Amino acid sequence: MWRYTLNRLLQGIVTVWFIATATFLAMHAVPGDPMSGDRAVTPEIRKNLEAKYGLDKPLAEQYVIYLGNLARGDFGISFTQQNREVNDIIREHFPISATLGILAIVFASLGGILWGALTALYRNKLPDIVIMFFVILGISVPSFVFAALGQLALVKLNDFLGFSLLPVAGWGTVSHMLVPSLVLGLGTMAYLTRLMRSSMLEIINSDYLRTAKAKGLPATRIFTRHQLRNAILPVVTVLGPSIAGITTGSFVVESVFAIPGLGRYFVQAVQQLDYTVIMGTTVFFGSFLVLMVIIVDLLYGFIDPRVRVS
Amino acid sequence: MNEPVSNQDGFNRSAGRQLLLIAVGSVVGITLLMLGLSWASSLAGGARVSKGIDAATGTVTLALADEPPQLDSTRSTDTISSMVLGHVTEGLIKNGEGGKLAPGVAERWEITDTSATFWLRPDARWSDGKPVTAHDFVFAWRKTVDPKTASEYATIFFAIKNAEAINKGQAPVSSLGVRAEGDRILRVELVRPVAYFDKLMVFKSFNPVREDFFNATRGRYGADADTLLYNGPFKITRWVHGSKLRMEKNEFYWAKDRVKVNVLDFAYFSSDPNALINLYKDGKIALAGLNQENLNEALVKRWPINRFQRGSVAYMEFNHRKGRPTANLHLRRAIQLVIDPDEIVYRVIKLPGNVPGRSLFPVWLDGVDAKFREEYPAKRIMPDRVEARRQLALAKKALGVDKIPPLTLLSDDGALGDKLTEYYQETFRRELGLEIRIDKQIFKQRLAKMSAGDFDIVSAGWNPDFPDPLTFADLFASWNSNNRGRYKNPELDRLVAVAQTSTDVRTRMDVFGKIQEILIEDPPMVPTYEPGVVYVVDPRLKGVVRRVAGFDPDYTNVSIGEK
Repeated sequence: MWRYTLNRLLQGIVTVWFIATATFLAMHAVPGDPMSGDRAVTPEIRKNLEAKYGLDKPLAEQYVIYLGNLARGDFGISFTQQNREVNDIIREHFPISATLGILAIVFASLGGILWGALTALYRNKLPDIVIMFFVILGISVPSFVFAALGQLALVKLNDFLGFSLLPVAGWGTVSHMLVPSLVLGLGTMAYLTRLMRSSMLEIINSDYLRTAKAKGLPATRIFTRHQLRNAILPVVTVLGPSIAGITTGSFVVESVFAIPGLGRYFVQAVQQLDYTVIMGTTVFFGSFLVLMVIIVDLLYGFIDPRVRVS
Repeated sequence: MNEPVSNQDGFNRSAGRQLLLIAVGSVVGITLLMLGLSWASSLAGGARVSKGIDAATGTVTLALADEPPQLDSTRSTDTISSMVLGHVTEGLIKNGEGGKLAPGVAERWEITDTSATFWLRPDARWSDGKPVTAHDFVFAWRKTVDPKTASEYATIFFAIKNAEAINKGQAPVSSLGVRAEGDRILRVELVRPVAYFDKLMVFKSFNPVREDFFNATRGRYGADADTLLYNGPFKITRWVHGSKLRMEKNEFYWAKDRVKVNVLDFAYFSSDPNALINLYKDGKIALAGLNQENLNEALVKRWPINRFQRGSVAYMEFNHRKGRPTANLHLRRAIQLVIDPDEIVYRVIKLPGNVPGRSLFPVWLDGVDAKFREEYPAKRIMPDRVEARRQLALAKKALGVDKIPPLTLLSDDGALGDKLTEYYQETFRRELGLEIRIDKQIFKQRLAKMSAGDFDIVSAGWNPDFPDPLTFADLFASWNSNNRGRYKNPELDRLVAVAQTSTDVRTRMDVFGKIQEILIEDPPMVPTYEPGVVYVVDPRLKGVVRRVAGFDPDYTNVSIGEK
């Protein structure tokens, strides 16, 4: 087990190095110039700026410096937020994205398992049809539509009640989190529902279920112990990448609800060619994704003993 | 695949019960989890639920478009930082009422062709109680022109003796033509007369910075609320990055009696127009901009709508580099003759506040006694298809082609940009049979292409730095690096040089009038519109000032009144 874990971690480090290198090359290949602004500057000022940010050095040298800093966990100073270290940006804003993401994934996975199990139990009956209709809606409608609708619903609700029940934007208390995290989790919830449904249906006629029924186990016990537990496996598999996806993909929800998460920096940095922030956030999110996949792999062993053996 | 086994219904019912139990359990679990997370993030600091206007505490809650990127005035370039700095710091001179200048840290000043002298008021203080002295200005100005600072606004100092040489690394920083005589007199040596030097002093780069405090912050000046020193009407008391910025009345401000609110709370950072208008509707913020979509709602609800011209000018700039068809005067004139600014503003943009563009010089600029555009009206170009086609024929003849090759129109990726470029494309095709290829780019890429000259026509614009026609007039001077189309007109160059050095109002305005004519006869660009904004303000909030040059919006004089 330890060997397996260590092996996976080493693989993870190589993956992160690859991500860092690919991002570095891609970033410098993108046309455009991080030092340009609305106002043109004189060649001297430009040179001063390039020297200040180390952009006057050859690319190979920049890469070596960058890898060295990366090994020390130092991502440098943002080009656009010129007084802030990328490490500070990540440290201050990632917890907010993570909070939002954790809540969204809790909503998504619980909802997905519940609805998925329901649809499988009532296959081809009314509950199944109704839920699957919403699932298709949830998968096909992009999150910015849900975000805008969610916010509009809040405005109407507060207007109707005559007082502010839930805030329409901002961050800080439980009431700020509820709607954004629901909205953020909707797409994943729909996806997980479908996954759960098909995996439930796959095992509904398996031998072990028949055996369990034959030996007269109570229905509730069969359902929780045998059916649900086995059906959850594929859901857990996609949970890792989903967590990373939700946490990194919250840009739209963050900007609609004015939430100070990391997603905003992640996207804006690319548009503004803020090299240090691009590198910092990409490598950070990359490592996060890799870590999540490793954790899920290890978790798998606990749920399905067969994985541990191999 | 397989049919349900017998007693499936009974199984379903008990499984359903089981599921219900799980559901109830998870709702309880989620509630507990959220309470825990909320407690954790309240430690990290987030927005509280507050009212847009709170008369009891004198608090006004507002939104900022984004996090201010740079509050170190020696390096700051963007408008959001300008707006924040305008509230918490003060230069020698400030904007007063009705577009006039008013004394700031300097109580009086004298500007000649070769020098400027400022007498500082004795009661100007920093937020730690120490006086603002002439040395603080000397330090800030030297810092800005220092090549090591790499300030993008160093050029705005170039009228001061040695500034240009210092910035190029050819002279020591200490040789800058500015010195303190005691604590309260600041003397400036100029290399050429600057007619608008007083207006320039309002610009944030000329604000004071105190040396001992700057050095104590170890390169983090302006990075946080406690690493910036304040001498303006307000001071920042809390700044949670990316989330909120709270300003409170500065008790050490020399004119603190004129500050009528206690707190300006920028509790939301968002540039999403719908989110902002929703916050306004919910009574959370006191001011919000409107876009085309929610303008109608505002009209239906009879909200008091305000409009404001931003002071900038939008135009289509031509590329004059060798081999570009747009270098040909007749082609440029043909395009000029089919662009109808009225149609652009009233049919395409359709938002009040925008004004048809008739000149590079916007309508708000002052002339000798009245507005510049009233004294020197721009020649109005009426859309004229017959004349346009005649010019096009001349262009084809001069270029030696039967058909003008497809022209590349470079534009940005905003929603309005899309609508406008499509309008141009269709108009040029219909009126002139010109084929336009739209090259839509995000901000930095568009800038890169503009600088490299990789376009025929580009939709561009200009935001004024200071309220003088020169900020627009020198845009197309051959030496200006903002002249991305490499337009070159010796007569225009000569006139700009006159305007730069003359201090006589009449002479300068005459020169700007002539420049305006040249820009229409031999167009380097065709003006399209003067952008405006429409916005709603909580009726209880009085005294919000919008400005075309300097920081905007200005909340320094706001008060809370009755509805």
